[in-house]
Amino acid sequence: MTPLDTFGILCITMGLPFFLTGTIGLLRFPDIYTRLHALTKADNVGLGLIILGLSLQADNLFTVAKLILIWLLVLIASSASCHLVARSAMQKNIHPWTK
Amino acid sequence: MSYLHISCAFIILCAIAAGMIRILNGPTAADRMMAAQLFGTCGVAILLLLAKGLGTIVLLDIALVFALLAALASITFVRRAWHEQTGAPKK
Repeated sequence: MTPLDTFGILCITMGLPFFLTGTIGLLRFPDIYTRLHALTKADNVGLGLIILGLSLQADNLFTVAKLILIWLLVLIASSASCHLVARSAMQKNIHPWTK
Repeated sequence: MSYLHISCAFIILCAIAAGMIRILNGPTAADRMMAAQLFGTCGVAILLLLAKGLGTIVLLDIALVFALLAALASITFVRRAWHEQTGAPKK
């Protein structure tokens, strides 16, 4: 096993807690804005770490390019839909949670 | 080596299964849609891990389509479905 493989495994296993905390945040946070925050940030960091680990283990550069393309698409898509949902919720007068 | 990728995919699958709770008792439609967005991101991660773990490189293309469809689904939800539920679409 080369050092690159080992570092890739480390990155993949580091990405898993981000996915789990994203789901826990979606389940436990009080309102729509905080849930959006947990979902669209934590999950994308987790996906980024997994893609970093997988591209360290990838066979050729074409696969790496495709993995990075997938990550960029997911980033753009989730930030755009996060803004759309949050703006639409503001327009519906859903107030942010206060203590 | 490949067992590691497949077990990581299983852990992310557990995260999806926990997200089902939000779909079942989410108060608004947007909460349910957010859980669907979680399925999109987690599904892409599972497909990528399986592509490496099983050695089927075709799954990368499926992950690309999956990411695109998740984005389209949530944009369509905001622009169409959520407005029609409460009437009075705003621009």
